[in-house]
Amino acid sequence: MRIFTKPRFVFAAVALVLSLTGCATQDPAAQAAGEVFDPYENTNRSIHKFNLTVDRFAFRPASKGYVAIVPEPMVTSFSSFAENLSMPGQAINALLQGNPKLAGQALTRFALNTTIGFLGLANPASDFGFAEVNTDFGKTLAVWGVGEGAYVELPVYGPSTARDATGILVDFFTNPIGYARNNPADNISIYAEIVRRMGNRGRYSDTIDSILYESADSYAQARLLYLQNRRFELGETAEIVEIDPFELDTEGF
Amino acid sequence: MMHRRSFLTGLTASAALVPAAPLWALNEAGASRLINSLVTDINKVIASGKAENAMFRDFERIFKRYSDTSYIAAYALGVDARRASKTQKRNFSKAFQSYISRKYGKRFREFIGGSLEVKSVKKVKKWYEVSTIARLQGQAPFEVTFLVSDRSGKDLFFNMFIEGVNLLLTERTEIGAILDSNKGDIDAMIAELQRLS
Repeated sequence: MRIFTKPRFVFAAVALVLSLTGCATQDPAAQAAGEVFDPYENTNRSIHKFNLTVDRFAFRPASKGYVAIVPEPMVTSFSSFAENLSMPGQAINALLQGNPKLAGQALTRFALNTTIGFLGLANPASDFGFAEVNTDFGKTLAVWGVGEGAYVELPVYGPSTARDATGILVDFFTNPIGYARNNPADNISIYAEIVRRMGNRGRYSDTIDSILYESADSYAQARLLYLQNRRFELGETAEIVEIDPFELDTEGF
Repeated sequence: MMHRRSFLTGLTASAALVPAAPLWALNEAGASRLINSLVTDINKVIASGKAENAMFRDFERIFKRYSDTSYIAAYALGVDARRASKTQKRNFSKAFQSYISRKYGKRFREFIGGSLEVKSVKKVKKWYEVSTIARLQGQAPFEVTFLVSDRSGKDLFFNMFIEGVNLLLTERTEIGAILDSNKGDIDAMIAELQRLS
């Protein structure tokens, strides 16, 4: 993995993703109306099938086992640990977005949780009521005016968009923790993130199961949920677009 | 005597006012009151500790009382409503109500020990947006928005958004998928909803 931390590989990887996914663009009017842009639906659906298999036979049982064996407070601790490791990277993204206040909040959280929060296992920053920080390079690209691009379902990772997939790669290769001199373990952020995701999969297993295994078309459900929620996070839904309740024909219902 | 006269004057005055400003016209306070009372009722059911099926029946009752069920059913069926017969519409509306009560009733278990608090109310076109903050154990607070209108003559909620996710749009996608898997047969789709609820 060491060679991947060299900047030129980062740029090569980014260029690759952009060239693969950047060629398809959505009509701006359609996007404003909240429509789904999915030109690679066939490929995405096969990846979705693969992801379901991975979930059913590996990720879901492992996650359910994890939350069953490990006590709840420890699951929370490990999630906090992973989140704390992402804070320096989030601070950089906040700066790139031209938001020094958010960057300050991310660094404050990191400083507090790493020291009096036992290396991030506890979360005193939230207990003291400091603002939550949740940003990434996908958001940075959105701020820079890059369009959402096509919907893609990534292997193992799940629902994403061309823009967010690029963001994930960049965040992955530029995480300052990976460049730390006294890094106690290679790729600690990745392992921490996997454990965090297992905690979420196990904790909300009923809800996630209902989307993945109880809906008539789990691919369409996952796509719709991801896109709506992500656009909401990025503030790309101007206002709630709603059919006027006075105009819908409800005769007979 | 004084009292009776002022009472009568008052009555005449309010009667004169009625056409201009109906007593039950929807306003911000009314929209927020509706959601508060909805939340209280849901919390009561969760706290009751009843068996799951009894809870689902309670949720269905709450859903009927507080929501614009005919709008919700019409939205969820979408364009396919145009080719549905009267009977199919009625059956769909009924099946959809118990299906949705069961589906979301299951989710409400995650609300045990949590709370929903009304933050703000905003008028949008002809309806109100009631923003609430949900606080669940071991989770960062998140936003739930209810849309309230008096279209039916009563103040009722007709859609909700959880962190930007439009619940009715999600259900319309699901109903569309069930229809597709039944080759567009509306009756078969209704039968499947009944099986699921």
